[in-house]
Amino acid sequence: MSHDQAAILEVRGLHKSFGSLEVLKGVDLVVRPRELVFVIGPSGSGKSTLLRCCNRLEEPNAGSIRIEGVDILAPRVDINAVRQRIGMVFQSFNLYPHLNALGNVTLALRKVAGKPREQAEAAAMQALARVGLAEKAKSYPNELSGGQQQRVAIARAIALEPVVMLFDEPTSALDPELVGSVLAVMRELRESGMTMVVVSHEMRFARSAADRVIFMDHGRILEEGPPAQLFNAPDHPRIREFIASIEH
Amino acid sequence: MERLVASFFNLDILQQAWPILLEGFWMTVKLTLVVVPLGVAGGLAVALASTVRSRLVRWTVVVYVDFFRAFPPLVLLMFIAFGLPFLKIDLGAFGAVALAFLLNTSSYYGEIFRAGIESVPRGQYEAARSTGLSALQTMGWVVVPQATRNVIPDLISNTLEVVKLTSLASVVALPELLFAARQAQSLTYNATPIIAAGIIYLVCLWPLVRLLSRFEHRQIALH
Ligand SMILES: Nc1ncnc2c1ncn2[C@@H]1O[C@H](COP(=O)(O)OP(=O)(O)O)[C@@H](O)[C@H]1O
Ligand SMILES: [Mg+2]
Repeated sequence: MSHDQAAILEVRGLHKSFGSLEVLKGVDLVVRPRELVFVIGPSGSGKSTLLRCCNRLEEPNAGSIRIEGVDILAPRVDINAVRQRIGMVFQSFNLYPHLNALGNVTLALRKVAGKPREQAEAAAMQALARVGLAEKAKSYPNELSGGQQQRVAIARAIALEPVVMLFDEPTSALDPELVGSVLAVMRELRESGMTMVVVSHEMRFARSAADRVIFMDHGRILEEGPPAQLFNAPDHPRIREFIASIEH
Repeated sequence: MERLVASFFNLDILQQAWPILLEGFWMTVKLTLVVVPLGVAGGLAVALASTVRSRLVRWTVVVYVDFFRAFPPLVLLMFIAFGLPFLKIDLGAFGAVALAFLLNTSSYYGEIFRAGIESVPRGQYEAARSTGLSALQTMGWVVVPQATRNVIPDLISNTLEVVKLTSLASVVALPELLFAARQAQSLTYNATPIIAAGIIYLVCLWPLVRLLSRFEHRQIALH
């Protein structure tokens, strides 16, 4: 099968079922370098499952997934090495509560990337500085606000120098006044050239930062296009309704 | 009252019995220092085995835990000490106690650790795996530290029970504290050594009990 040499992430014919419930019914998605792709759609449409298949937190039933051209579903692939290159940020942050911010970021740098302590800490401090939290390195997650926790989670992922970052509703669990700080970090990442796939309903951010928006419905991509087109003049009335409902 | 003091709190008797008691005390300390770490390590292994994907391994763990929790530790110890030598497996008295305790206490510690592991949210595991940590690294660096912290009170109270249970070693003629005390009692025809042994247990275990109730109070305050 031919595939897109220039793509960072290339998903073809992805199917995923949980028991008899078919959640992804053949999804195709190509993300090119430095692209920011936004994924929207009603709850339960399969957005999280799509992201989680991309680093095999869920095992797809059929289809192919390539990262920089390498088939990550191949039987002999070293999934832990692959995951280092795919950063993931979760709605609920999932920071390790028993480690401070620095420890959260250095863990994989030391155990997976195999860096010695000093190098790992230097890289971690750089990542924390990038999300504006260098001075919180010694703080534990329960001493940080939700926005700060999510920024540490972003630092934990970017410290491994991934080729693509997956965000699953990174601001949905945050108080409204804390959302901006996380979006600012994501904007900075985008400007520095990071390739990103973002599941989120932050429309204002999508309008100004996304290259492409994908609308998912019932396990399929219903429509995709530049934000202006998808938000202002979608082909499907269903999408117009959905956007009206979240922009209230 | 005087007779009570004379036969239960008799300082002269205590002085006579003290060397025997002291030896018994050290034996109990030695047993504890072997048996508790073995049980904790075994328990952790049992708990980790119960999280693997293989059905066979998980079922083996269930049978193991059920069996050794229901089987009386005294009978287990006697079987290992007096039965196995017929099969040319002679571990010696200390070895027999260590094995019997490993089998018995690892099933209890194992259930405690398992509850701890189950109390760690799934998202912790996923976050760790998403950064490339292997399943084993995730257990070791992310899940088990949190799991342990969540069950410290249960670990402490089980350890209290295990320490008290070391007195079983006397059935295979290991002169631990209670055995020594009973020996001293029969030599002196006086109950003072038994009371003294009780007080030694009390003094040694009391800090653990204190620690336990501090943890329990903190947990209530958190809820
Ligand atoms: N681990 C799972 N087991 C069973 N069903 C699941 C699981 N994860 C997700 N689902 C189901 O799959 C569907 C899609 O879920 P999800 O991908 O989380 O949707 P979205 O992120 O778009 O809200 C939902 O119906 C959800 O209940
Ligand atoms: Mg979701």
